[in-house]
Amino acid sequence: MVELAVKVENLVKHYSGTVAVDGISFAVGRGVTAALLGGNGAGKTTTLSILLGLLLPTAGEVQVLGEDMLRHRYRVLPRMNFSSPFVDLPHRLTVRQNLLIYARLYGLPRRGERIERLADDLQIGEFLERPAGKLSAGQKTRVALAKALLNEPELLLLDEPTASLDPDTGDWVRSYLEDYRARTGATILMASHNMGEVERLCSDVMMMKAGHIVDRGSPEALIHRYGRTNLEEVFLHIARRSRTELEPVS
Amino acid sequence: MKSRGFSAGRVWAMLLRYLYILRSSWPRTLELTYWPTLQMLIWGFMSQFLYANSSYVFRAFGVLLAAVMLWDVLFRGQLGLTMSFLEEMWARNLGHLFVTPLRPYEWVLSLLSMSLIRVLLGMLPAALLAIPLYHYSIFSMGLPLVAFFAVLLVMGWALGMAICGLILRQGLGAEGLAWTIVFTISPISAVYYPVSILPDWLQHAAWALPSTYVFEGMRAVLFTGTFRADYLFAAAALDLVYVTLGAAAFLFAFHDARRRGALLQMGE
Repeated sequence: MVELAVKVENLVKHYSGTVAVDGISFAVGRGVTAALLGGNGAGKTTTLSILLGLLLPTAGEVQVLGEDMLRHRYRVLPRMNFSSPFVDLPHRLTVRQNLLIYARLYGLPRRGERIERLADDLQIGEFLERPAGKLSAGQKTRVALAKALLNEPELLLLDEPTASLDPDTGDWVRSYLEDYRARTGATILMASHNMGEVERLCSDVMMMKAGHIVDRGSPEALIHRYGRTNLEEVFLHIARRSRTELEPVS
Repeated sequence: MKSRGFSAGRVWAMLLRYLYILRSSWPRTLELTYWPTLQMLIWGFMSQFLYANSSYVFRAFGVLLAAVMLWDVLFRGQLGLTMSFLEEMWARNLGHLFVTPLRPYEWVLSLLSMSLIRVLLGMLPAALLAIPLYHYSIFSMGLPLVAFFAVLLVMGWALGMAICGLILRQGLGAEGLAWTIVFTISPISAVYYPVSILPDWLQHAAWALPSTYVFEGMRAVLFTGTFRADYLFAAAALDLVYVTLGAAAFLFAFHDARRRGALLQMGE
């Protein structure tokens, strides 16, 4: 039996009349890199926010690393982390100060050593003493990743991990994530618009549209199923059809 | 990794964050002491003038100076809390903070601690400067000063938590309240005049505020040398009610922000 990192059942989220997530169910096994793929407003970020405990669902059940996230999120939050280029670290603090504070919030021992090791790994050592607001987009992404890896999470949630990065930096980040998963056995669940990234990193892709998961499979299986040559064409095919033309899988 | 229950380490982490922010900008640190000192200078000169021309101030030279400094404890207590809170809003940092094991009440404790530090940084230079300038020491009030300080600080915290709750609910559009709302209670707190000056109907509202008991108590100490313990108990009881309501408003607003998805979106 596959051990699960995430299990979601009949998840629903309404925002004052708008349905953001409409009864989705899915599970992600431990050690897997999975993606939620879909256009704007598909429900990806809402789903990630619920998994992180930042957002309360209207209905449904969420289990993360074997714990009920809605009732016992403080048992599991120390074992997971999150990174998004859309949520900056505070600008006026230096990179080291930011990391030190998060290390303390996670109650990490030997914080200085941990920060130095991550600084080496992620090549951020040269700007540890620089204010976070004075970093380039690529540097900010690496620092955000350092923050997300401080507690060596068993589950790493990523929202558009390489958005606004140049191809070289984007490639570097993808390689680092692949290496992290292989080294630690962590589970990675990402929301992304970058099809190349998803094809490269993920073995499990959930295609979302209007709050539903309308299809699911490995990138190869999805490409084959729709008779396309790459995931971007699959994405466009799904995005341009009404939801009723597609058969939801959940 | 520690995760279950209260963690003083997480409170310290947040307090450290606010201290780093304070240290990173000398104009902000200067601003902390600037207004209390300026107020003390204005009211000190005013007191010197009125001492020779007013029987009210003649009864106790420091009555206006003590009032202005104690009023600033309430104002700075509230502002010190809401400013640290607003730092998180401006930085759009709530999404990062609350995917860590940080509990909302631990965050509140760090905000309260930072408020105390800001009040002390603001008030101490002004209070010490008044000694050589006007030969008046607010510390001559002795232990009652500690009681007055504590009551006003806790009242500032109650107001501050309620305002933070409102900002969590309404967004940064409500930010202006952080600067202004405390002044709506100033006229009925009887800061510079006895509560008996107020119309009868307004006196009922005045006695519902802990601050009114403090300023009446302060005048009792300065004019007659008596400490009104009954005023202190009434003020402490009211503080308890207001701080409970303030904390409840904040925690309710936080829960509501989680329901609305505002923790990730909140910011400028």
